[in-house]
Amino acid sequence: MRALAWHGKKDVRVDTVDDPGIVNPRDAVIRITSTAICGSDLHLYNGLIPTLVPGDILGHEFMGEVVETGPKSGLKTGDRVVVPFVIACGSCFHCGKQQYSACDNSNPADQADISETAYGYQMSGLFGYSHMTGGYAGGQAEYVRVPFSDVGPIVIPDGLDDDDVLFLSDILPTGWMAAENCEIEDGDTVAVWGCGPVGLFAIQSALIMGAHQVIAIDHHPHRLELARQLGAKVINFKDVHVHEALLEMTGGIGPDAVIDAVGMESHGFALDSVYDGVKHAMMMATDRPHALRDALRACRKGGRVSIPGVYGGVVDKFPIGALMQKGLTVKTGQTHVHKYLPQLLEMIGEKKIDTTFLISHRMSLEEAPEGYRLFLEDQDSTTKVVLKPEWEKGRFQA
Amino acid sequence: MHPFHSRDDHRAAAAFTIGGVALAALAGGVIASRLAGRERTYSQPEDAPDKTLRGHPADDWREDTVVGRTVTIHRPRAELYAFWRDFSNLPGFMQHVRSVDDLGDGRSRWVVKSPAGSLEFETRITEEREGELIAWESDEDAPVRNSGRIEFRDAPGGRGTQVDATIAYDAPGGAAGRLIAKLFQKEPKLQARRELKRFKQLMETGEVATGERQGPPPAEPVSAPQPKAKPKAAAKPKAKVKATAKA
Ligand SMILES: NC(=O)c1ccc[n+]([C@@H]2O[C@H](COP(=O)([O-])OP(=O)(O)OC[C@H]3O[C@@H](n4cnc5c(N)ncnc54)[C@H](O)[C@@H]3O)[C@@H](O)[C@H]2O)c1
Ligand SMILES: [Zn+2]
Ligand SMILES: [Zn+2]
Repeated sequence: MRALAWHGKKDVRVDTVDDPGIVNPRDAVIRITSTAICGSDLHLYNGLIPTLVPGDILGHEFMGEVVETGPKSGLKTGDRVVVPFVIACGSCFHCGKQQYSACDNSNPADQADISETAYGYQMSGLFGYSHMTGGYAGGQAEYVRVPFSDVGPIVIPDGLDDDDVLFLSDILPTGWMAAENCEIEDGDTVAVWGCGPVGLFAIQSALIMGAHQVIAIDHHPHRLELARQLGAKVINFKDVHVHEALLEMTGGIGPDAVIDAVGMESHGFALDSVYDGVKHAMMMATDRPHALRDALRACRKGGRVSIPGVYGGVVDKFPIGALMQKGLTVKTGQTHVHKYLPQLLEMIGEKKIDTTFLISHRMSLEEAPEGYRLFLEDQDSTTKVVLKPEWEKGRFQA
Repeated sequence: MHPFHSRDDHRAAAAFTIGGVALAALAGGVIASRLAGRERTYSQPEDAPDKTLRGHPADDWREDTVVGRTVTIHRPRAELYAFWRDFSNLPGFMQHVRSVDDLGDGRSRWVVKSPAGSLEFETRITEEREGELIAWESDEDAPVRNSGRIEFRDAPGGRGTQVDATIAYDAPGGAAGRLIAKLFQKEPKLQARRELKRFKQLMETGEVATGERQGPPPAEPVSAPQPKAKPKAAAKPKAKVKATAKA
C-alpha cells in the first residue's frame, strides 16, 4: 500500500510499504477514505518529538471502511467507522474511569518504558505518533491496523459524509474537552490562545456550553475571522496588548477560564520567546510555552486553566507563582476521545455542530508532503488539510 | 554436560523470564535469604517494601540479582493465581520463554531463548498457597540458577489484585557466565517490569499489545500456530473484501 512516512525534519514522503494485517484478536484493518493532518503532526514534522524513526507512518486522524476483522473485533466488514487517535483497551482501571489516554494496556511493554521514564507512568498508545506512544503505524495511508477495535471506532450512520464526521477522531473532542475542562459557569469569559483547528473547536464548544463570551487570540487574520464567524470576539496579539485587552473586555475581572490551544510551538514576540528559541536551538529545552505563560498570567484569580496544547518535556520560566498565588485550577491531557464520541456524533447528526467549515484543502494521499508544507508555511489560509487515499494522484482541491 | 543447546534463534533476546532473568539461586530460599541477609540500616521504622531500599542489590544487578515489582491487575485473585500456576501459560507473556512443560509433582521443564541458542532447565515449586502465593526454584545444575516468587493480594476499592513478583538469579562464572551476562544487556528490572506489564495486558485485555503491523505478536511463543498469512498483492484491488472471523 501507499503511506506517508516520516524521514526526518520537514521530510515526509509517500512510500510503498507492506499492507497491515490482523495481529491480535481484537484488531480490525480499515481501508482509509479520509485522513487529516493535525497541528500535532507539525510537532513531528518539525522534529520536536523524540523516538520517531525514519519510515514511521504518520497520521492519527482517520476514518474508513472495515475490511478485515480479528475474532474479537466487534466490527463487521463494510462498517464505516471513525477511529479515535488514542488507543485504549476499555478494561483497565483508567479506561474504567474514562481516562482513555491514560490506558495502562495499549502501549506495548517494550515501548512504554520511554514515557514511564519521562513521566513516571506509561501513557496510552497513539496512532502514528512516535515510539514513545507505542510505535503504532498511523492512518495517512491506504490501510491501517486498529487494535482494540471493539472499543475505539464509532460506526457512522448513513447520511453523514466523511467531512461531517472525520474530526471526531481528534480535534472535535479535543476542543470539546478543552471547553469542558473550563467548567463554564453563567457569565463566564473564556479566553482561547490559538485559532487553529483545536482552538476553533474549543471556541465552538465553549459557546455551546453557555459561556457569556469567548475571546480568541491569534495573529492570523483568516483564522481570527473564522473564530469571529463562530461567535467569538477576537484579539490579534500582533496589534494589541493581550493582557490589557482581556482586562478591558471583562470589566477588569479577567477571563474566568483560559485555554492554551497553541502548545509547544508557540510563536511570540516577547523576550521570553527569544530566550526559548535559543534554548530550543541548543536542544536545552523542548517546549516553548509562550502562550501558556500569557494565559496563566491573564487568568483571573481562582480561575481555570485548560491546556489541550501539546507539551512533551520540560519548560523554563514557568510562572508557578501566578498559578499558586491566584489559586488556579489546571486541567489538561491528551483527549479521552472515546468518552465524547456518542454525544458529539449525535450533535453532528442534529446539526448542532458543524465541522466542515474548517477544511481548506482536500487532496490525494500522494500530495500529502505538499499538504504538510502548506499547513506549516501558509498557516493562515491552510486551516485543515484532508487527504483522500482513494483520489488519483495529482487531484487537489483548495 | 554443557548447559547450552545450540538452536537458532531469530530474536536476539536480551534476557528471559520475568526479570528477563529469573536466574540463580543460592542454596535454599533464595530470595528470602538474599533479602534477609542484607545489612539494612533504617533511620526509623519503615513501611516501604525492602525492595525499594536505596542501595538495593537490584540497583547493581551484576553484583547481586534480585528484582521485584508490584502491579495491580483488574481481575479476580483466583483467576490470576490459576493462570500463573499453570506454567505452560507463561510463554504467552514472557517473550524469551519458549515453553514450560509440567513434569508433575510441581516440577517443570523450561526452554528459554537466548542468543546462544536454547537454554533448558528444570524447576520445582518450593512453596504454594492456593490463591495467594507461588514460589519456585531451579535445580542446582541449571545453566543459570534461578528462583521466583509471586504473591497475589486483593487490591482495595475493587481494583482487582495486587501482584507482587520477585525473581532472583545467579549467573555462573567463567565463559558461560560471560555468555549469560550478554543476555542481560538490558537491566533485569526493566525486563521484569515488561513481563509483568504483558501479564497484566493479557489478563485485562485478552491480548498482548504490539505496534507490529503484521502478525504474529512478538510475545507469542514461537511454537504457537502461525495465523494464516495475508496474501500480499502488489496491485491492490479497489474493494478489498476479506473473510471476517466470527466474534
Ligand atoms: N490534547 C490533545 O489531545 C490534542 C489533540 C490535538 C491537538 N493538540 C494540540 O493542540 C495544539 C493546537 O493544534 P492545532 O491543530 O489547532 O494547531 P495549529 O498549529 O494549526 O494552530 C496553532 C495556532 O496557534 C497560534 N499561535 C501560535 N502562537 C501563539 C501565541 N503566542 N498566542 C496565540 N496564538 C498563537 C498559531 O498562529 C496557530 O493559528 C497543538 O499543540 C496540538 O498538538 C492536542
Ligand atoms: Zn490530531
Ligand atoms: Zn485501558
